[in-house]
Amino acid sequence: MGILEVKNINKRFGGLQALGDVNLDVQEGSCHAIIGPNGAGKSTLLNVLVGKLIPDTGTVMFENKPVLGRKPHEINQMGISRVFQTPEIFGDLTVMENMVIPILARRDGSFALHAISQLRNEKSLNEEAEQMLAEVNMLEKRNMQASSLSRGDKRRLEMAMCLVQQPRLLLLDEPTAGMARADTNNTIDLLKEIKEKRNITMAIIEHDMHVVFSLADRITVLAQGTPLVEDTPENIKGHPKVREAYLGEAQV
Amino acid sequence: MFGLNAKDARLYIIVLALLLFAPFLLNPFPEGSGLAQFNAGYPDMMQRLVIFGLFAVGFNILFGLTGYLSFGHAAFLGVGSYAGVWMFKLLTMNVIPALIISTLVAGLFSLLIGYISLRRSGIYFSILTLAFAQMCYSLAYSVLTPITGGETGLQLSLDDPRILGVQQTAQGNIPVPNLFGLPMNAATTLDVGAWSFTFSVGYYFAAFVFACAFYFTIRLFRSPFGLMLRAVKSNQSRMSYTGLNARPYTLAAFVISGMFAGLAGGLLVSMDPLAGAERMLWTASGEVVLMTILGGVGTLIGPILGAGVITYLEAIVSTINSTVLHNWFEALPDGLENFLVNIIYPFVGSGWHLTLGLVFVIVVCFLPGGIVEGGKRIGGLFTRKNKSSDSVKADSAAQPGPGE
Ligand SMILES: Nc1ncnc2c1ncn2[C@@H]1O[C@H](COP(=O)(O)OP(=O)(O)OP(=O)(O)O)[C@@H](O)[C@H]1O
Ligand SMILES: [Mg+2]
Repeated sequence: MGILEVKNINKRFGGLQALGDVNLDVQEGSCHAIIGPNGAGKSTLLNVLVGKLIPDTGTVMFENKPVLGRKPHEINQMGISRVFQTPEIFGDLTVMENMVIPILARRDGSFALHAISQLRNEKSLNEEAEQMLAEVNMLEKRNMQASSLSRGDKRRLEMAMCLVQQPRLLLLDEPTAGMARADTNNTIDLLKEIKEKRNITMAIIEHDMHVVFSLADRITVLAQGTPLVEDTPENIKGHPKVREAYLGEAQV
Repeated sequence: MFGLNAKDARLYIIVLALLLFAPFLLNPFPEGSGLAQFNAGYPDMMQRLVIFGLFAVGFNILFGLTGYLSFGHAAFLGVGSYAGVWMFKLLTMNVIPALIISTLVAGLFSLLIGYISLRRSGIYFSILTLAFAQMCYSLAYSVLTPITGGETGLQLSLDDPRILGVQQTAQGNIPVPNLFGLPMNAATTLDVGAWSFTFSVGYYFAAFVFACAFYFTIRLFRSPFGLMLRAVKSNQSRMSYTGLNARPYTLAAFVISGMFAGLAGGLLVSMDPLAGAERMLWTASGEVVLMTILGGVGTLIGPILGAGVITYLEAIVSTINSTVLHNWFEALPDGLENFLVNIIYPFVGSGWHLTLGLVFVIVVCFLPGGIVEGGKRIGGLFTRKNKSSDSVKADSAAQPGPGE
């Protein structure tokens, strides 16, 4: 039994079957990659998992608790964090403030009325935020406004925001898209380290096969909303159907 | 200091000093001179300045931090006024219970209105708050006349119960609002040469309440709660995927700012115990929006400056009439005098809204950050100038030229 069990998810957008009978089993402590061509329904699947979309049919269980029907903030409080395909950060706030918010959310829950205590006196909180920023090599940018960061930095900031929440399941939607090769490798190292040290389960969507094969323990190939195959990276590499549907064009 | 960071503490001390010395600062022109017209250092005016400052500071907690633009905040000010007068009628003329009840009743109203209005955001939220405020206004004018006094407004009378106070004074008058016996309208006047400065109990009491509320506001801005409110404005969807529920945060901000408005309403009737429905009209709600934008949305000091400018313009510019204008330009040839008077006349007196509109348009077009941004730009000019002159000095010191 996996930490995340997705059963028979169907989702139609008008005439388009975005997800058709999707089943997914993510094992605790593993890194599960979801690959597939553009428009395959990968992001749509994550949208279902975080409560952004309600599917037409199906069930989702996280740690044996039902996920569907809960609000996004409740799902996050269950221990699921998500990095989005287009970075979702607090653009008007500083990098440091962006980091403090998820720590507060983890510590105080979805609402707390701490209107008198002062943020600058929260020593351990600020230290934790700085430590995480250091891990993603962004400490020197702590006082920059988040919207003025480069695209790669925005992604790294968002990842740091998710990691600092200490989730039990981390959903990553193309975390290295738009990153330079060196940054991509840094990200791979970071994610590897996190997986080993903190035992965070990961589901990652990625077009960059280098990233996928460096990280994934299992791979699901999605095409036109339906899982084509699910197997280990070694088997996927040589799979004729996958080559035909996806890898043939994507692998360089 | 005060548990604030150095910058905030400095700002707070400046505000305290301005409040303390306002009777001098706002009365720069000698009595009887032509410019005495522009003095604002009389109690009624100074009270209005701090009370509307309080209103705007509270409004800014909602609008400035969360970005939710309420167009109905005057309703809470009106509700606070009525609640305050009712305390004077039923309980006592002491202002403390009146202010407490004003704040609480406004808080209840804002909880109800906010709970419903915050189901929508953006323009729909604004329209909902506007609709609720207009409903409050119409109700106060019509069916609720027994509670609100309808068109005449809610007034004190000699046969009010006032169970903890006196129904009437020994002279048979209606008692005045007081602070444990210290009447709000008491004042002493200090004459220095041609100047005369008035110190009133009412003003200093209102200023004290304002100072407390402003201190709370600074703390709120720098608190975890304040950060969450700014997160609401910045990216609500990131907030919910970070495990935070934006709704109670916005509702709390709405209620806090509603309570500020109620407190301001309570203070208004503490200075002059009369409450009317026109205080809830949409124009009054619009005015606090203008104050906040004019001063600088989301800044600590902006709403105070905006409230100051608008309250001042309203009180001073609206009293200038054509006789006053003719007096000013008396020395000029008749033709020129009439020409100038005719040009300026539409902008003063009852036309003061035109001046306000012009000021507003200029500020929004050229200084989108309001007066605060203007101040910063001017400050920036000076520091840059100083720096460049410093470096010039340093250069010339390093290589003394032939001219030296
Ligand atoms: N909210 C929506 N309304 C209508 N159609 C949608 C919606 N969201 C997604 N779709 C459609 O569903 C299909 C799957 O989209 P999705 O974003 O899941 O693809 P993807 O696999 O993430 O692709 P990519 O690799 O480009 O990110 C697309 O055809 C898309 O146009
Ligand atoms: Mg996608």
